[in-house]
Amino acid sequence: MEKMVVLGDEAVALGAIHAGLAAAYSYPGTPASEIMEFLIRESKEKRFIATWSVNEKVAYEAALGVSYAGKRALVSMKHVGLNVAADPFINSSLTGANGGLVVVVADDPGMHSSQNEQDSRFYAHFARIFCYEPSSHQEAYEMTRQAFELSEAIGLPVMIRLVTRLAHSRSYLVPREPVKGQARQVGEKSHWTLLPINARRRFEVVLNKQAELKHFSEESPFNRLELSPENSSLGIVAAGIAANYVLENLPEIKPQPSYLKVSTYPLPEKLFRKIIEKVETLLIIEEGYPFIESTLKGIIGLPGKKIKGKLSGDLPLSGELTPDIVRQALGLPLFIREQKKPLPLAARPPQLCPGCPHADTFLALKEALKEFPQAIVFSDIGCYTLGYFPPYSSIDTCVCMGASIGMAKGAADVGQHPSVAVIGDSTFGHSGLTPLLEAARSNSRMTVIILDNGTVAMTGGQKSYASGNFLLKMIEGLGVKREHLRVIEPLPRNLTKNAEIIREEINYPGLSVIVAVRECLQEARKKKRGQE
Amino acid sequence: MKYDLILAGVGGQGILSIAFIIDRAALLQGLNFKQTEVHGMAQRGGAVQSHLRLADGPIYSDLIPRGKCDLILSVEPLEALRYLEYLDSQGRVITNSVPYVNIPDYPPLEAILEAIKKVKFHLLVEADKLAREAGSSRAQNMVMLGAASPFLPLESENLKRALKEFFESRDEKMVALNLRAFELGRQVALKQSWE
Repeated sequence: MEKMVVLGDEAVALGAIHAGLAAAYSYPGTPASEIMEFLIRESKEKRFIATWSVNEKVAYEAALGVSYAGKRALVSMKHVGLNVAADPFINSSLTGANGGLVVVVADDPGMHSSQNEQDSRFYAHFARIFCYEPSSHQEAYEMTRQAFELSEAIGLPVMIRLVTRLAHSRSYLVPREPVKGQARQVGEKSHWTLLPINARRRFEVVLNKQAELKHFSEESPFNRLELSPENSSLGIVAAGIAANYVLENLPEIKPQPSYLKVSTYPLPEKLFRKIIEKVETLLIIEEGYPFIESTLKGIIGLPGKKIKGKLSGDLPLSGELTPDIVRQALGLPLFIREQKKPLPLAARPPQLCPGCPHADTFLALKEALKEFPQAIVFSDIGCYTLGYFPPYSSIDTCVCMGASIGMAKGAADVGQHPSVAVIGDSTFGHSGLTPLLEAARSNSRMTVIILDNGTVAMTGGQKSYASGNFLLKMIEGLGVKREHLRVIEPLPRNLTKNAEIIREEINYPGLSVIVAVRECLQEARKKKRGQE
Repeated sequence: MKYDLILAGVGGQGILSIAFIIDRAALLQGLNFKQTEVHGMAQRGGAVQSHLRLADGPIYSDLIPRGKCDLILSVEPLEALRYLEYLDSQGRVITNSVPYVNIPDYPPLEAILEAIKKVKFHLLVEADKLAREAGSSRAQNMVMLGAASPFLPLESENLKRALKEFFESRDEKMVALNLRAFELGRQVALKQSWE
């Protein structure tokens, strides 16, 4: 078939379509969003379901339901999204999969657009499931196709771990002839009911499958061992995208070292035993946490062998790998000798678009809080997190999706006043409803500001589930008093009026919700362009 | 053959469009390519960059090692300087000379241009003026692609074909305008003496 230009994310999506995908679910999050964007574009013609879910947990559960019903399902998310979906994810390993269930998680080493750089390989290990780690677009495509087959053969969900550098790298791949997913019989229902009596039995089943998973990993052609008789001192292990940085430099290392490329987990133990036998020092290069290195080393180490990597300080424990970092770890000189810094370069951090409605809400909030220097503004995840920066300097926290309301409630419980929460409409739909329910039932003395711009703006304008009149009805339905549910229009000309409304509600000794309603500029522009 | 370039600019200036057209042209010409992108938070008015590697053999790393970049192509002068440590000693800097000021501590433009002129092979392009001449100030990115085109290991015809495909899929009217912008940029580079 003809070459296709794709992002790493899209290579996974295409692999899933060609494996006979029946349904896919996701919640937007960088660097995973483009998987679902691609699937949605392709779904109309190719007739499968591709849907943005309200959050990652719901996405995972929907995919699990598809799997139980005997069809092939994909669920994709960014790394921290798996924290949200962790409950169904971990338990789905015990219930098992029926139709192929593939969970794609995109990690963000270097925190390009995330609050941490957690490594999803630990999650795969935790759930005792198989995990693929591709290093190229072609591999991402092939591994995804294989993941569906493996999931059905072994009866467990399978993970694909991506990192930003592959997810957002564009290259080409050569697709193969698609297959049609065959609907399977509905499986054994007792597997799915994790009452202790069933769960104990199912856990044994999962434990007994581990040997099979390891065997599959050891036989996988995606792992490659090249033993070099020339060099008995150094062996190199590279996992996933790290292999690219090693291959870039490998010809310069003399004598040629033994090399093991790792692409699957559980680790292919047999291959590790073969390489460690031949060398004195094993250098482990992996993107993310030192997962392989700590597994090999344990706390005792290997007598007579040196294991080098992130724990030994040969590579940094934080941040993203680069060809330069890997070059240095390989003992090669950098191509650049001095740092050319022509003049002090002003940083250009991301910022709210000129005219953004969030800016007007923040300015009104800032004005209202002038008389309350002791205020804490708990905020959340979205474009509005940029309200941290001057000239707004309006928010004090960003922890995880939906955290603002729960934190504001906790602070209010112990007497913090003003206790303000600032959250976007989609984040509210994702994880804000339940904490607001709790705050409403206890009439906590706090002020919640919901920024309703009608979209998931930060990730490119996906559908929001909690916007407009529907949002107002939901808030009321959760038990917020109508007279303390206020709507403002964040515009420069309304600054004084809006600040006054915020001040009034801060002074009210109970729960208030202020909804700031104005459409995202980017979305408004897109619509306008569409109409021309 | 290997050719590594860094595309630089500010989120919203159309860096990814340049990258997409070069990728497509490389495919038309049978070359391998890898190209990184910035999505998400950083795209909102912040500094953005794309590493783009072209080769007739295999390309492993998606990122260019420092000191190995053949060309920095920037749609904004301050952003051109941000990646100088990546530039090979024989590498080129081709940049728009018109600043995009959206930060309070933007350095004096003279200091920036001075620093760019210290690079042996540099080319400053008045992309804003040329883009207006072509029909829209928004076409600055295509002016810059045109200015870089004589140095890329890609046939100008393949670039133009990729450009046409790219804009046709969005808006038919934009094709001619952006082709004009490309040509105006290309002429500036062809007139420049590099000795």
